[in-house]
Amino acid sequence: MGPILKMVAQRLALGLLTLFVVSLIIFLSVEMLPGDITEAILGQGATPETVAAFRRELGLDVPAHLRYLAWLGDIAQGDLGRSLASKRDIAELIGVRLNNTLFLAGLAAAIAVPLAVTLGLLAALYRNSWFDRGINLVTLSSISFPEFFIAYALIFLFAVTWDWFPSIVNVTPDTPFWERVYRCILPAVTLTLVTTAHMMRMTRAAIINLMASPYIEMARLKGLSSSRIIVRHALPNALSPIINVIAINLAYLVVGVVLVEVVFVYPGLGQLMIDSVSKRDIPVVQAACLIFAVTYILLNLLADILSILSNPRLLHPR
Amino acid sequence: MTTHDEMARLPAMGRIGRRDLIKGAAVLGAVGAAERMLGRPAQAAAPKKGGALKIAIGAGSTSDTFDPATFTDSYMQFVGFGCMRNCLTEIDNAGKLIGELAESWTASPDAKVWSFKIRKGVTFHDGKALTTEDVIDSINHHRGDDSKSPAKPLLAPITSLKSDGDAVVITLEAGNADLPYLLSDYHIAIMPSTGDGKVDWQSGNGTGGYAVKKFEPGVRAYLERNPNYWKTGRAHFDSIEVLSIIDVAARTNALTTGEIHLMDRCDLKTVHLLKRTKKVNIYEVTGSQHYTFPMITTQAPFDNNDVRLALKFAVNREEMVQKILRGYGKVGNDTPIAPSTSFYAELEQRTYDPDKAKFHLKKAGAEGLTLDLSAADAAFAGAVDAAVLYKEHAAKAGITINVIREPNDGYWSNVWMKKPWGACYWGGRPTADWMFSTAYEAGAAWNDTFWDNAKFNQLLTAARVELDEAKRAEMYKEMQTLVRDDGGVVVPMFANYVGAASDELAHDKMAGNWDLDGMKASERWWFA
Repeated sequence: MGPILKMVAQRLALGLLTLFVVSLIIFLSVEMLPGDITEAILGQGATPETVAAFRRELGLDVPAHLRYLAWLGDIAQGDLGRSLASKRDIAELIGVRLNNTLFLAGLAAAIAVPLAVTLGLLAALYRNSWFDRGINLVTLSSISFPEFFIAYALIFLFAVTWDWFPSIVNVTPDTPFWERVYRCILPAVTLTLVTTAHMMRMTRAAIINLMASPYIEMARLKGLSSSRIIVRHALPNALSPIINVIAINLAYLVVGVVLVEVVFVYPGLGQLMIDSVSKRDIPVVQAACLIFAVTYILLNLLADILSILSNPRLLHPR
Repeated sequence: MTTHDEMARLPAMGRIGRRDLIKGAAVLGAVGAAERMLGRPAQAAAPKKGGALKIAIGAGSTSDTFDPATFTDSYMQFVGFGCMRNCLTEIDNAGKLIGELAESWTASPDAKVWSFKIRKGVTFHDGKALTTEDVIDSINHHRGDDSKSPAKPLLAPITSLKSDGDAVVITLEAGNADLPYLLSDYHIAIMPSTGDGKVDWQSGNGTGGYAVKKFEPGVRAYLERNPNYWKTGRAHFDSIEVLSIIDVAARTNALTTGEIHLMDRCDLKTVHLLKRTKKVNIYEVTGSQHYTFPMITTQAPFDNNDVRLALKFAVNREEMVQKILRGYGKVGNDTPIAPSTSFYAELEQRTYDPDKAKFHLKKAGAEGLTLDLSAADAAFAGAVDAAVLYKEHAAKAGITINVIREPNDGYWSNVWMKKPWGACYWGGRPTADWMFSTAYEAGAAWNDTFWDNAKFNQLLTAARVELDEAKRAEMYKEMQTLVRDDGGVVVPMFANYVGAASDELAHDKMAGNWDLDGMKASERWWFA
């Protein structure tokens, strides 16, 4: 385990550096957007006088680099700060939203990952059959449509026409678990449809790639059935690329679903971030971005660790 | 014919809800027996208590707070002004000013010193009794150097605020006969004082019909009926859930699938399809909301009134209303005063006339004029399309307009009042003086045309203290004529408020001062 711990430590240190760079880029780009929070919030009601009073109140009359350093100091102590717009504690503001986002991502992943891997295995098993082509056609078509189109199509069928599921996801922190699952079904299915193809294709390709290897040939000559060859012999060696693709898709389910959130009125992190960018509420944008960056870093790290565990050769690059 | 007229008049008399009218019209069409509907409105019009209302509003943001000085869109307007709190005065559904937390008021003959008698026996949600101190601190919340409230300019003329027994005495630096109207503004809500000259806005404690129980900014607010509400015959729902659903398609889906009972701002492009949905009624109210194209009159070529007139003659208002508002509106006449506003004067309607436009252009020596027109849909829904339409109309008068599509983001800070000619919208104000002093008086913070007409400014100050109604009306008529013929604004259209409600909901005639029955659907509507 020694080399793995070392790698984890290295990667975490690099991750911290990444986070720092991300926060700097976000801060600078929000600073560069025209207008600031005072003008964004006051909107048509912004007069030079009210803007000046508001800036004083928020401490925005301080130069940008000093504000960034102050923020960095707070974050180093684990304090995300307060929203400029609502003065609410950001940790509390983001907590509920992050929970919602993770719940939806988890639900979608719970459907999509087993489905995609199973379909991928079946497609590899019956490759070039009608089944294989059919699966490819369906999953590739669903990934080709924009997700909001799929979302509206599902709403039209399952909410408006048949009235099986609600068209908007009205959940609160007190909603019971199964009620919440029921209300989240349509967005979860939408996300499943847009992520399945990627994972399914990778599973299929990775396994077919191995099918030409000598040890598979050997297994076949031993007289093993093709399903046993694929599940017991090919899959363990194909895990590494599959895990990486799954990690990328999981990260997408956390950070890239704002369109689905808008269509289903789902109170997730993406919606919060859009609101905050349009209001120039920098601390909230920063906090949300950091969470997204952490998601990517951790999921990639996890994928690498799992790949190595599934294939120890990766620890000793030649 | 008479039955039809009667049906149109009944809602105006408050005898019958619009819903009944629609139902009645169906009966009338099918059976042709007007008596059937005329016989039954009495019990249908009696509001019933109970039920949990769910409403979706196409606004709201994570950055919303309970501080009325930060209210900018209809979401917090509905939650704060419509449900949680009261003002000193209220504009009722007929457009009349009535007392809310102020029982009555008196003014000195020069309209400088006003005394508002505060209603007795009113309590806040936490049981605290309403006092004059609450009123004074709530008004002061918008004054002072550190105020960032949009109501600051409205209240700037106040020189002193004093308590006198159960009355609050407001002294102005110059007379203003419309002060009671101003105090119905949704920003100037009455909140409990903390005792040190400040108010407690954080808790959301108010005197309104509903007390807030849960609030997730940008997502939902959950409010329950205030059992001690002082108004009689108002606030009928047991609870109200206000959702923020910005996406209009999601809002419409939520209504058609029964997730909500009421939504504002229908998509005008698809409202004819929504109309076909069973159990959904579309409401439409002509208010004071108008869309404008303000020109900065201090910059060439807009400093020449002939150029301004040429542009005013170079737009086909009927086509704008048909194409941009899909007929859900009324043509404008280059003044911001709507028919529902006090002292509205019926002036001759300006029409599309390319020849007259050419004439004024020639007079200004600006033939072959080329102009940039900035627009973004942040200004109003369809602003870019309206600008393109304007370009087509103006081309016939020999004016070339380059439509510049600006980003929605930052439109109000970077384009409006910065670029020489652009698109804009106004929610309108209940009185002519209020509208004029907000956006047309020289030096006003939102005078988006930078218009400075000495005669107009002088009339505006004089009319404020004129207590003779006839003389005052004459003055406002002259001001409207000045804005129309000399001002820097093109007002092509007044936009109706168009929303949709489940047929389970009932209501009286709807107010036109704001959308959603003057934002008071919360306390004026009920489940039939």
